[in-house]
Amino acid sequence: MSGTSHGIPAEAHVHRDDTGSRLGMWLFLFTELILFGGLFIVYAVYRFSHPDAFHLAAAELNTFVGTVNTIILLTSSLTVAMSITAMQEGRKAFALTLVGLTIALALAFLVNKYFEWGHKFDVGIYPGSPELLSQPQGVILYFGLYFIMTGLHALHVIIGMAVLMYVFNAIRRGTIHATSYVRLESGALYWHLVDIIWIFLFPLFYLLH
Amino acid sequence: MTQATVSAGARSRGFYGEKGKYSGIRGWIFSTDHKRIGLLYLVSMAGFFLLAVTFGVLMRLEMLSPGKTIMEPQTYNTLFTLHGIMMIFLFIIPGLPAVFGNFLLPLLIGARDVFFPRLNLLSWWLFITGGLLALVSVFLPGGAADTGWTFYVPYSIRTNTNVLPALFAAFILGFSSILTGLNFITTIHRMRAPGMGWFRMPLFVWSLYATAWIQVLATPIIGITLLLVALERWFGVGIFDPALGGDPVLYQHLFWIYSHPAVYIMILPGLGVASEILPVFARRTIFGYKFIAFSSVAIAGLGSLVWAHHMFTVGMSYTGMFVFSLLTFLVSIPSAIKIFNWIATLYKGSIVLDVPLLFILSFIVQFSIGGFTGLMLGALAVNIHVQDTYFVVGHFHYVMFGGTGFALFAAIHYWFPKMFGKMYRKGPAVLSWILATLGFNTLYMPFFFLGYMGMPRRYYDYLPEYQSFHVIATVGSWILVLGIIIMIVNLLYALKKGAPALANPWGGKTLEWTVPSPPPTENFATIPVVTTGPYDFSEYEQRPAEHS
Repeated sequence: MSGTSHGIPAEAHVHRDDTGSRLGMWLFLFTELILFGGLFIVYAVYRFSHPDAFHLAAAELNTFVGTVNTIILLTSSLTVAMSITAMQEGRKAFALTLVGLTIALALAFLVNKYFEWGHKFDVGIYPGSPELLSQPQGVILYFGLYFIMTGLHALHVIIGMAVLMYVFNAIRRGTIHATSYVRLESGALYWHLVDIIWIFLFPLFYLLH
Repeated sequence: MTQATVSAGARSRGFYGEKGKYSGIRGWIFSTDHKRIGLLYLVSMAGFFLLAVTFGVLMRLEMLSPGKTIMEPQTYNTLFTLHGIMMIFLFIIPGLPAVFGNFLLPLLIGARDVFFPRLNLLSWWLFITGGLLALVSVFLPGGAADTGWTFYVPYSIRTNTNVLPALFAAFILGFSSILTGLNFITTIHRMRAPGMGWFRMPLFVWSLYATAWIQVLATPIIGITLLLVALERWFGVGIFDPALGGDPVLYQHLFWIYSHPAVYIMILPGLGVASEILPVFARRTIFGYKFIAFSSVAIAGLGSLVWAHHMFTVGMSYTGMFVFSLLTFLVSIPSAIKIFNWIATLYKGSIVLDVPLLFILSFIVQFSIGGFTGLMLGALAVNIHVQDTYFVVGHFHYVMFGGTGFALFAAIHYWFPKMFGKMYRKGPAVLSWILATLGFNTLYMPFFFLGYMGMPRRYYDYLPEYQSFHVIATVGSWILVLGIIIMIVNLLYALKKGAPALANPWGGKTLEWTVPSPPPTENFATIPVVTTGPYDFSEYEQRPAEHS
């Protein structure tokens, strides 16, 4: 993502500014936080207007699965952070293992999420389902928000996996190396974002009841 | 260092002579050069603008007489929706930042390009994709969206027209806007020439900086809101559907949390253009540089906290209404600071009354009228009376068109020689200014009277007592369009046959005037070192006071 431009002799490409690249990445993360911020506002408004129904609906989620997924994501944040240190020390194989492990954990998270959503669908709870529409309005809103917010989060997990695969490939080819690893840092920052959003989703949907 | 590789023949045509990886049209649409991307925006945006103007003229024609004049009510609903979506998302929001910001930001701060050139190209591709999607939605079965540009629920969930493509068009355009903002903030932080501290930046750069922050911080909200409307249409989630417990007013809050700051995305760069042009044609340094710079930031900050003044009639608490009204009045302070400083800049200046300054003078008057009527709307009692009337339409056209639109006309007349290396003819340009100013005010001034008399906005039909004002407004639209046509023909003629422009035809002091017109690829052979502020006209100001 550093500044390059086509049609210019090679010596012009020496312009490299990691601080600037990181600044750009942080700005992008702000936009992601605000994107979810809009949903958190909606959640807050409806939790305030339907406290009892939210309370009841939250009891229907499986706290155990949620906890397992939280542990998985926290561990994946650890592995991706360690991969930066490994890269700084020039331990390429170790860095690759750690990024690969992060991707594997992300996949595990999605598998869990798939079964969790699948179970809800099996018992007839999904947006617009007759079962859900027979419930109080607060429950409809709770599950509407649950599917939107965890769904959008899962989409970010998938995007994060794609980013990490790109980073994995760049490390393997040697374009990310011990003295130039800003893309790995940016990928890791994005992954931490995915993690931090889940850190808020987990208590709001699973624990507050 | 790269300049040595550009041949002498190519240099005279500046960056137009660049031999890149691609040639022909691909040399433009795949170029990461900020100047080419700026011109790509200019051409695509001009196309959308002319189409949206056509919709506007057709709407005015329909309003010439009560009842049906030239079109059916459904067509009218579609036209005001498309006019709004295109003018706002495809013209005014990207207008100054994407066209002039892209072309000039690196030149103004002494850089060779923006920080993320490829991301910059991606922004344009997203822009054109969103624009085309909006156009395609018109022709898909189901008919063009008829919700107005505000997409208010519950109607936007229930109508059978093509709301989804329009929503996604706005979503994609928002993404484009975010990436441009992100790019500009990083560029301004990291790529200023040596010696250019924050208070030596040209004021247009300050306004782009404030704009970019709003783009980055406010746009995601509209993204998620439009996504929620789409999900509501697909799955019936219930978030905005009162039948399922949702709250349509919450949609309005979320919509305006973005769309009011977006108003400042539209106007701030225009204010920056005025601050750029005034000192050059007054031959005086700008009055109150720091106040103008910080007022941009203050407008951006306060402007993010006033959204609910669009919603005074939805049934908010009195405390909420009072707070939002108060904050609305506070925004007028930094705006007025700018106007006072501009007038103080003109005072005792050696004024050269050339075309860019003429447009800026119209801009100042029209923007002030737009601002004052905005204060009337911000007052709770008046607001209840004129809510959703032509008064509101008149107000925001004075700010958006009379303000930003005229600032854009000024900008194109000011930087045209730099961008294209050609000079336009002054006579037709002055004529276009006269007609545009006359036409604009004839068109929109009656809106205030109509609105005060109770004419609701977006209505297809009206009572006969409103007709005289409607006729005046429609005649005004013809004069305005004539002015715009003369302007475009004059500029296109200059592009073909205009005399070569000097490097610095206006005597400007900012860095873009230190390079040839048009600028070479990579802008600066050696990065300049900045030793003074941007408007150093001391050679004029230190003369003995001959006209005192």
